[in-house]
Amino acid sequence: MAYLDHAASTPMLAEAVATVTAALAAALSAAGNASSLHSAGRQARRVVEESREQLAAALGARPSEIVFTGSGTESDNLAVKGIWWARHDADPRRTRVLASAVEHHAVLDAVEWLAGHEGATVEWLEVDEQGRLHPDVLREAIERSPDDVALVTVMWANNEVGTVQPVRRLADIAHEFGIPFHTDAVQAVGQLPVDVGASGVDALTLAGHKFGGPLGVGALVLGRDVACVPLLHGGGQERDVRSGTLDTPAVAGLALAAALAVERQPALHARLSGLRDDLVRRVQQAVPDAVLNGAPGRDRLPGNAHFSFPGCEGDSLLLLLDARGVEVSTGSACSAGVARPSHVLLAMGAAEVAARSSLRFSLGHSSTGADVDALLDALPGVVERARRAALPTLRR
Amino acid sequence: MRLLAALSGGVDSAVAAALAVEAGHDVTAVHLALSAAPATLRTGSRGCCSKEDARDASRVADLLGIPFYVWDLADRFRADVVDDFVAEYAAGRTPNPCLRCNEKIKFAAVLDRALALGFDAVVTGHHARLAGGELRRSVDEAKDQSYVLAVLTPEQLAGTVLPLGGLTKAEVRTAAAARGFGVADKPDSHDICFIADGDTAGFLRDRLGPQPGPVVDALTGAVVGGHEGAYAYTVGQRRGLALTVPAADGRPRYVLSVEPVSRTVTVGPGEALDTTSVRATAALWLAPRALPLACEVQLRAHGAVHACVASKDGSGGWRLELATAARGVAPGQAAVLYEGDRVLASATIA
Repeated sequence: MAYLDHAASTPMLAEAVATVTAALAAALSAAGNASSLHSAGRQARRVVEESREQLAAALGARPSEIVFTGSGTESDNLAVKGIWWARHDADPRRTRVLASAVEHHAVLDAVEWLAGHEGATVEWLEVDEQGRLHPDVLREAIERSPDDVALVTVMWANNEVGTVQPVRRLADIAHEFGIPFHTDAVQAVGQLPVDVGASGVDALTLAGHKFGGPLGVGALVLGRDVACVPLLHGGGQERDVRSGTLDTPAVAGLALAAALAVERQPALHARLSGLRDDLVRRVQQAVPDAVLNGAPGRDRLPGNAHFSFPGCEGDSLLLLLDARGVEVSTGSACSAGVARPSHVLLAMGAAEVAARSSLRFSLGHSSTGADVDALLDALPGVVERARRAALPTLRR
Repeated sequence: MRLLAALSGGVDSAVAAALAVEAGHDVTAVHLALSAAPATLRTGSRGCCSKEDARDASRVADLLGIPFYVWDLADRFRADVVDDFVAEYAAGRTPNPCLRCNEKIKFAAVLDRALALGFDAVVTGHHARLAGGELRRSVDEAKDQSYVLAVLTPEQLAGTVLPLGGLTKAEVRTAAAARGFGVADKPDSHDICFIADGDTAGFLRDRLGPQPGPVVDALTGAVVGGHEGAYAYTVGQRRGLALTVPAADGRPRYVLSVEPVSRTVTVGPGEALDTTSVRATAALWLAPRALPLACEVQLRAHGAVHACVASKDGSGGWRLELATAARGVAPGQAAVLYEGDRVLASATIA
């Protein structure tokens, strides 16, 4: 098996598995609810708070800014809806959400929900053909009517094509007008240097399973002075912004994985960039008309390669590669598993046909040259066959 | 063989795939997404392609340990089946969308793609026997689907595997339960999958708009009522006729014909629906025979079988002389010729 889908989920780090299992084993003798006042509760709370400190240190944030959640999706929903509600409550003129047109569905659909149910107005900010949001576009959109902007949300790096956004400059522009800035950094943590303080963002989303932590746990780094209305009401466990008993083992695993991933990030970046560049070069040799989507060099996640294969359907390519033990993704899927043309590629100006003909190869900490070799062994035959199988509308 | 199993989420296709796996074939499963906006849950026995169906299909693939994908054929389905369905009704005919789906989607778009991707054939859960190019009725006559498969060409059948033809529906359910499939007792699908509420007339009205016209009595020529769209009526229909003038003989009246240009629905007594002579066009032979030919014919899905003599009608179609009268023969349905349980040919009733 060659696993080239680390952007979907990456294998857990052995150290994180050990931490999670140790914390689970501790639950054999002590039923620790981190909110309880007795000894068992204190024990659980200690794990949670040390995890909070560890995660904060890894990300250049303060412990008080860490809000543990159940997933990246929850963090995105909390930031987008919660900050919008708080800003709108403070001044009802603030209805506008400015978001890049290439956001993940966790942001995109949360914003659309605000528009459909809460009276928000949405502006999807145009990106260039590499998927990059230019700071001038944001500035222009804000300056048109600065007083009615509730928040700006722009992802750190794109999950499909890997393009890295100029987050620091975008956040600075939002702050010139006193507007809070959220970023979905789910793909960035562990692959790029992510320093919350240095980036200037007010809220940042991350998810454990994207950098070697467990599934089912995420966090929102939320600036201490950023007002945010909760999504989940109850015990108010996380700063009164998020209720629900914390999953202590998962939180511990997330924090350790983050610490290790951040520590190893520079070396991983160098290694994955080399592997990825080799992959890109060899794909272009094997399939000369393959089109690399996204940004070159440093403006791209080191583990990401994203191609359109003219005349092929992405889901045919996926099926054929899967049958040869090569696991990849078309980069976008809806709930029934139906491949839809990627909104990211469409926003980058691709035709619908090209958007349906794409595959994402994503590398991570366990990737090796053998994975790339396996892909390239299979790819030429797979592309040839997928071309023959293309529906008439895709036939060239 | 490398086989592509089309899993609908129902019990039949699940068992068909299982039998293919157990026969030693290399099987990959696909679920066809035929609706652009699938419902989350099924409504009784109606509807299809809900997310629940997709999940049921994927659970079967999990248990069989075979790869599972969803193929989005919603655009093709709309163009080739749903739009065709509406256009046929608008033209005064009575289409069979299941037959059209087999002809254009399952054994065309899907089969073509499967073959191009390197599969040898498509496996489905239809109840019919297929061996050596011969298509026969299922051993379970009540569930037999040879009628809706009779429109397939020999080439399409050559790329098709039907593992269920030798099993009754009860045996299929037992086989599913024995394999631990959660769909073992899932209700059969009925009606038209893309009309979830079963209201065909309403579905057509939404798409074709009101087209009022007269209802005319065939015997007297008098206008005996009106309607909001001739497309809502099909030959043989009795219910839903809002007649303002009672029949002279006091007996029930039925739709005898639908004429879309003048929007005229003609009604008359039940026996006027009886016919022993049927014309059909666009014949497709699976087992070629010389005409004239004494054989049997079926004129609608799950309909009666009539002994008949088929001959050429002089314009490339057939004339079928039936030994016993058929009631309510609807233009647009298929006339399928059988020799015992074997399908010989199909054509479209004119």
